[in-house]
Amino acid sequence: MSKSVQDEEMKSGAHAAGAEGAGSNGGGGSAGGGKGRGNGGGKGGNNDVVLPALGFFGTIRFVWRQLTSMRTALFLLLLLAVAAVPGSLFPQRPANPSVVTQYIEDNPVSGPWLDRFQLFDVYSSVWFSAIYLLLFISLIGCVIPRTAQHAKAMRSQPPRTPRRLSRLPHYGALAIPADAGVTASSAVQDAAAILKKRGYRVDTRDLGGGRPSVGAERGFMKEVGNLLFHTALIGVLLSVAIGGLFGYSGQKIIVEGETFVNTLVGYDSFEPGANFDKGQLDPYSLRLDDFNVEFERQSEANYGQPLSFTAKMTTTPAPGAEPEKQVLKVNEPLTVGGTSVYLVGNGYAPVVTVRGGNGNIAYQGPVVSVPSDGAYTSSIVIKAPDAKPSQLGFVGLFLPTAVVGEDGRTIASDPDPLNPQLLLDSYYGDLGLDGGDPKNVYALDVSELNQLNGRQLDSGGIVLRANETYELPEGKGSISFDGLKRYVALDIHHDPAKLAALITSSLALLGLIMSLFIGRRRAWVRAGTHEDGRTMVEYGLLARGEDYRLEGEQKTLRSQFDKKWLAQTIPESTGEPAGNVGRQHDVREEK
Amino acid sequence: MGINEALGEYSDLFMLLAALTYLVAFLGFAWDMASSSKTLKAIDQRAAAQRAAAGSGDATAAGNAQEGTTAKVPAMAAGSGDSEPRYEGLTGPADRLARIGSGRGAGVTDTVAGDSMEYTKERRIGARIGVAVTILAFVVHLAAVLSRGIAAGRVPWGNMYEFCTTGALVVAGIFLLTLTRRDLRFLGTFVLGLVLIMLCAATIGFPTPVGNLVPALQSYWLIIHVSVAVTASALFTLTFSMSVLQLMQARREAALAAGETPGMDFMRRVPASLSLENLAYRINAVAFVLWTFTLMAGAIWAEEAWGRYWGWDTKEVWTFVIWVVFAGYLHARATRGWTGTRAAWLCIVGYLCIIFNFAIVNVFFSGLHSYSGI
Ligand code: HEM
Repeated sequence: MSKSVQDEEMKSGAHAAGAEGAGSNGGGGSAGGGKGRGNGGGKGGNNDVVLPALGFFGTIRFVWRQLTSMRTALFLLLLLAVAAVPGSLFPQRPANPSVVTQYIEDNPVSGPWLDRFQLFDVYSSVWFSAIYLLLFISLIGCVIPRTAQHAKAMRSQPPRTPRRLSRLPHYGALAIPADAGVTASSAVQDAAAILKKRGYRVDTRDLGGGRPSVGAERGFMKEVGNLLFHTALIGVLLSVAIGGLFGYSGQKIIVEGETFVNTLVGYDSFEPGANFDKGQLDPYSLRLDDFNVEFERQSEANYGQPLSFTAKMTTTPAPGAEPEKQVLKVNEPLTVGGTSVYLVGNGYAPVVTVRGGNGNIAYQGPVVSVPSDGAYTSSIVIKAPDAKPSQLGFVGLFLPTAVVGEDGRTIASDPDPLNPQLLLDSYYGDLGLDGGDPKNVYALDVSELNQLNGRQLDSGGIVLRANETYELPEGKGSISFDGLKRYVALDIHHDPAKLAALITSSLALLGLIMSLFIGRRRAWVRAGTHEDGRTMVEYGLLARGEDYRLEGEQKTLRSQFDKKWLAQTIPESTGEPAGNVGRQHDVREEK
Repeated sequence: MGINEALGEYSDLFMLLAALTYLVAFLGFAWDMASSSKTLKAIDQRAAAQRAAAGSGDATAAGNAQEGTTAKVPAMAAGSGDSEPRYEGLTGPADRLARIGSGRGAGVTDTVAGDSMEYTKERRIGARIGVAVTILAFVVHLAAVLSRGIAAGRVPWGNMYEFCTTGALVVAGIFLLTLTRRDLRFLGTFVLGLVLIMLCAATIGFPTPVGNLVPALQSYWLIIHVSVAVTASALFTLTFSMSVLQLMQARREAALAAGETPGMDFMRRVPASLSLENLAYRINAVAFVLWTFTLMAGAIWAEEAWGRYWGWDTKEVWTFVIWVVFAGYLHARATRGWTGTRAAWLCIVGYLCIIFNFAIVNVFFSGLHSYSGI
């Protein structure tokens, strides 16, 4: 239970106790929510932290109290907001490992320092984790006592009727004519029925006596909602954690006609959760039969903008099972073998043949190029380590529709392959692939290689149109551009706690709505008989927490009372606060 | 997926017309504010005369449309009132009033705007013109947004231009809607100023011809997620304006309490800082629920499009930051010493984060959400 909340609760508890029991030994703890008065009632309203001589357990208790205080929760929340920001300012390893490496290379001084403070792994950093873990410990420390306390409040009777209802923020009174046949007791019973119908829990008191009254309270679901919300947040965190531990994700590029099998070696890259086990992988297979793209051709202004990407796949759920044709689109993932498969990228894979100086085929097949803009200007790297006598490497661009610009440079002008060209620089030497270390297939380190030709050199680079072959200088071999295929980039994910995350966050939303929009309020009605025989009724309302509909409630109750008793009404008192300006004065005078 | 480019051009034209009309409305509201000191003086004089006539010293009735008699109801409570405990612990509105710690000098005010923000009988020509012209501008604006949607054959929120223009429409619409229930005309200059900024940003900063949606946005989640986000942002726009006014008003109230004469007479049109805070809280509560939903819907959509519901993409980070700031705001309202001025600051910071998330993140950060269309 947080300290300040406790204070507020205690204050309202205290007021109710005072109200009900002025003179009766301070009253019992029956006022709902009057929790915690055992250990701190005397301090109610005192906001300062008292530093008594604390023993070991005392200290722990003190720290716990501080940690679970509302102020700490607020502080941690704001800290969390601030701590999340750097993750958007610096590149993050989980999303972009290569960008981080590049960043550190480019900033040799600050980079390593930023790294030391985990600014490239903000969301798994010690400090970020510390903040949210503390927040959640605080949350648990807040929710548990509140739940116990609210369970008690829900079982207890509405608080006793205050002596002076007119002191309540909303107050009204009416007089029922003597000949109406309504006694004080029956009026109170009527009022109880009306309140009950409006969802209040009611308790009538002193029915036979001179001043019968009814106490009523409603809106217990507000606090239930609050507790549900906060508890569900813990559930969301757990779901995220479980997903991270037991899930996995991987990336795979498939060129048209190729097949992927869901095994570790099948992936281009793979990120297992901490508790991942190889046996989790279902060996299903996916084949990309055909990939269709459609670009905007009608609208002048958006000419060439992509309109749809459609991958026709054949999936085989298990080895030997019946293959199935399925369609994969952006925003429409496939589910197979416990995983979801997403279409996250696409591009061109020119089919090339590289021959070595001895005339043998050193490489033949599609090479994945990486698009960098809307016209699919794509970078491409071709490695032919099998070329003899020297290994060959090519670096350059693939342009689906090459046009020569005014400055004489060749650029891509359309995403469809209307005039495909390869523009390459060639190298020979040791490509460094024999050492067995994994190398990025999309990059070629040319620093140790000998350049044969290049676009920057006077001799010029290689320009290859479809079905052309280029003979390399010095008899090193040749390269030909034989065809063009498309490829898709897939993300494959398995998250066992996805559904749990959805359910817990939906519960959080539900709890939030309940908590914010249900009004928790108390009402009391008291009746008595005037000397002249009229039955006098007065009533007061009190909100617990934010409740801006209290005024409306009072009006509704008023009109229902009027209807019930057809009373000759006394105008609402303005001696008591009716408008806020007046009320402000009241407050000031009371000070 | 035919695009009606001619209709798209009409839409652009309507948009321009709407902006000009809003400008007129803005001037109307500004005139209302500027002319207030004169009318207020008249009100003060009238109130003083009334007071003299009634022989009562109750000055607070000035300008307050309170009517009613002062008949006392026969007291029925037993016992004498003097020993009665005070309801200090009330957590209802009275308590909010009593929380002096939150705003210096809270409770002292010279405002003529009623706390409940109901309309009064007073004639305010500038404000009336403002509202009437705003309605006109809204209709033109609506036509512009609708025709853009029809021209594109889809919902008109697929790029920055469309987020801005549709967002501005929702801001204006919500403002007009609240005007039917509460006299928030004092917010006119603020709200219309922001609407104008949004329209200028759209037409000058992010002009985009009508087009089809890129595949990443072809999802019904676009309709759900973005429409709710825009509505929440529009509500936050209102509460941002209120919070700024609340801070200004709180400062004036502090000056008044200290016996000084505060400047900015036009602020007397604006309700007391506490009423602003309370109304802003109510609107923020609704907006926060919508923002929570935006966050969740975004996560569900991300799960569908990118395979994970949360990945700390720049846009996700900032949406989360905004959510946490406003969660902080709601907590602040329940934390002693953090209500009033500090809560207002949190609301303002939250709104600045929204602007940042929209303008800066969309334009300057690369991320999966890079579909701003520029
Ligand atoms: C993960 C961190 C937390 C988040 C995101 C969060 C969020 C929220 C939100 C949005 C509300 C307003 C809606 C409602 O009334 O249910 C709220 C209310 C509340 N929270 Fe939290 N909270 C967090 C942690 C805590 C902690 C640690 C405490 C205990 C100290 C706490 C205590 C409360 C209380 C007492 C309320 C009710 C305030 C009122 O009566 O207006 N919360 N919280």
